[in-house]
Amino acid sequence: MQREGQVRIPSGCAISGVIDKTGRRMSGEAIIKSIAVMHERSNGLGGGFAAYGIYPEYKDFYAFHIFYETSAVKRDCEDFLERHFDIINLSKIPTRKIKEITDEPLIWRYFVTPLPTKLSDSQLDEREFVAKCVFRVNTRFDGAYVFSSGKNMGVFKAVGYPEDVGRFYKLEDYEGWCFTAHGRYPTNTPGWWGGAHPFALLDYSVVHNGEISSYDANRRAIEMYGYKCTLQTDTEVITYIIDYLHRKKQLSFEEIAAVIAAPFWQTIERMDTAEREIHEYLRVMFSGQLITGPFSILVGFDNGLMALNDRLKLRSMVVGEKGDLVYVASEESAIRLIEPSLDKVWSPKGGEAVVVNLNGGGK
Amino acid sequence: MGLKFLYPEYEVVRNYDRCISCRACERQCANEAHEYLQNENKIVCDDAKCVNCHRCVSLCPTRALKITASGNTYKSNANWSGKTIDEIYRQAESGGVLLSSMGNPENYPVYFDKILLNASQVTNPSIDPLREPMETRISLGAKPCKIERDENNRIVNNLPPRISISMPVMFSAMSYGSISYNAHESLARAAEELGILYNTGEGGLHEDFYKFGANTIVQVASGRFGVHPAYLNSGAAIEIKMGQGAKPGIGGHLPGTKIIGDVSRARMIPEGSDAISPAPHHDIYSIEDLRQLVYSLKEATNYKKPVIVKIAAVHNVTAIASGIARSGADMIAIDGFRGGTGAAPTRIRDHVGIPVELALAGVDKRLRDEGIRDNVSVIVSGSIRSAADVVKAVALGADCVYIASAALIAMGCHLCRSCHAGRCNWGIATQVPELVKRLNPDLGYKRLVNLMTAWEHEIKEMMGGMGINSIESLKGNRLMLRGIGLNEKELEILGIKHAGE
Repeated sequence: MQREGQVRIPSGCAISGVIDKTGRRMSGEAIIKSIAVMHERSNGLGGGFAAYGIYPEYKDFYAFHIFYETSAVKRDCEDFLERHFDIINLSKIPTRKIKEITDEPLIWRYFVTPLPTKLSDSQLDEREFVAKCVFRVNTRFDGAYVFSSGKNMGVFKAVGYPEDVGRFYKLEDYEGWCFTAHGRYPTNTPGWWGGAHPFALLDYSVVHNGEISSYDANRRAIEMYGYKCTLQTDTEVITYIIDYLHRKKQLSFEEIAAVIAAPFWQTIERMDTAEREIHEYLRVMFSGQLITGPFSILVGFDNGLMALNDRLKLRSMVVGEKGDLVYVASEESAIRLIEPSLDKVWSPKGGEAVVVNLNGGGK
Repeated sequence: MGLKFLYPEYEVVRNYDRCISCRACERQCANEAHEYLQNENKIVCDDAKCVNCHRCVSLCPTRALKITASGNTYKSNANWSGKTIDEIYRQAESGGVLLSSMGNPENYPVYFDKILLNASQVTNPSIDPLREPMETRISLGAKPCKIERDENNRIVNNLPPRISISMPVMFSAMSYGSISYNAHESLARAAEELGILYNTGEGGLHEDFYKFGANTIVQVASGRFGVHPAYLNSGAAIEIKMGQGAKPGIGGHLPGTKIIGDVSRARMIPEGSDAISPAPHHDIYSIEDLRQLVYSLKEATNYKKPVIVKIAAVHNVTAIASGIARSGADMIAIDGFRGGTGAAPTRIRDHVGIPVELALAGVDKRLRDEGIRDNVSVIVSGSIRSAADVVKAVALGADCVYIASAALIAMGCHLCRSCHAGRCNWGIATQVPELVKRLNPDLGYKRLVNLMTAWEHEIKEMMGGMGINSIESLKGNRLMLRGIGLNEKELEILGIKHAGE
């Protein structure tokens, strides 16, 4: 049986997310309840969460969450980390033994900052240096996998139903200003924790429901810019596209949406001149980053959350608002369960990005 | 020498029960294969003159005619084929190089026919092009690597000149001279109506066709026939022809019999002189020289026109393409060894170059490996025969394809492969006025528009089946392809999996 990364595995899914625009932190309890109600949309072969604002005491350090298959590879990987980073703190990620989650790998967390000499020798900016190191671990150390590498955020994922994964990681003990969640329905058994979602690089995390038809066009385009798609999943390539467009090309999230879920040419032609020029430019310039086929995604970043559907809206996605809180989920029920009295609820159109930024840009 | 060694390859079969001796066949055949015998009120035929172009077959009002293989065989020999023996007889008689036309007809693998396309089932939906937008529009040219913004943080359009076309197919270079005025007019008008481009080829541009400039690629070849500032500035893009798939390593060749009247004026050479382009460009002996020509042309056109460099697919095509991608060119056109021609030495046409599928796969990969794929768009040609070939080429990594043989066939060409003789009965590859007028440009252009419209529908159907609603998401999407009956090495070069994997 080939493992995820050696073979491409399509999957259907459920997603849910919540963000407090003021940056006020909430427990992970609610997001578990929300994703649990969409139990039918996953099949127990993958679930996970991304949580932002959960490590305020270490907010200036990159938090690496790493799966290890053996203690031997853990030693090798830690050697590598020590050569490149100052490790401020390391520990096992706390988990709870439950019968629904089995065969767990070694799961460790490191708070790190690049060694100044290594960083200056590399002639890279800090985030590029960190991203390169993450790629190095994930491609060179067989049995080690960095699945979270941002600041003041973390990904928690496993093979299992998402609600069980949440309990496994004791997500209710964490407090953050934004959570996203994912329940996976892959079409065959990956049996590997790394293949679960969210997928993350630096502060960017993506949960995704869909199966994109542009996958290999996107993969081959993004690999030209130094990314390595090791998992062959949509979520992985979407994360890299977002990292490329936002971190390297400095596009805003609204502009990113106009690239990956670009308006149709016929729509662009009806725009006023200034707007049309921008959209034509983005489509031509980033034609390799256009994503076709069904998707609904939640993109977490250091300052907010973006929800986006494919250009035809081939996957369900609903947004709800209540005061400072914004909810997004595959199904309205997943929002209503945790917030029955919403101020506003709507279904964004295909390609219409909902970008929620923290007020005052707090982190 | 009186002895005739060659037996005709074809036999014109006339059904005398149907023949009404209307003499249409006789009038239609520029090769004079048919002859009316007054005394017997009967038409007979000299099979030796027949090139199997089907003009008489198509025009016979009673369907009394058909052409079959003559069936005459030499003593069977697995080593010495009848064709080989005939060619030796022909050369022993003439002492000359054998000439041929149109693409390589030999039995080499056609990789497009060994590649299958994907379709959506269950996990994602196919998209119905009759009900949803399905985008085939593409933009060709180089992309800058930096995003620039103005003081208001608005993105500044810093794209170099590009061309935008409605579907990923253009009409490839065919010079005025190699094909007729009416054929050129048909191509130009069809390109304009379709929102695509046609290519002048190396013979300059007839003054009547300057009005189609926005839909024209003007070509500059080693002979520099018909090249002057107004010509360069008249088109939407300029193509430097370094090579042609049908005859890699040699220049264009147009017999003096076709250099008459307007053709001579457009080419700026005397009537009746053979137009033999030099094998190389004599100002390009290496890649650094190419860069200078690219920039000379850009200077001459005030940096308003993208420049295409067209090469034949030869063994080291990937390295050559990589050099071109760094030369300042905006596009690379790769012409495979099955590409057509109006005249080429048979040995070169049939034995030099490689299939475009392999060349394309190799070039696309190499440019990506080197991180320079965005520097250029890649156009491929050399026997794109159907919408399926277009879809496969794009999925392998092409931005766009060129077609020429298919366009000629649409206008009536029957692939008799006798263009070099200049007596095209269909009015396409000829300059004989009474033959040229057989191609009515009003009908010729319409048939081209029909063909492209049909292909566009088919491309959309295939894309929709794959769940892809923009051609950009098909480009280089090799997971949509599977090989059938290919060996490991072929799959590796094509960068695709085998069917069933």
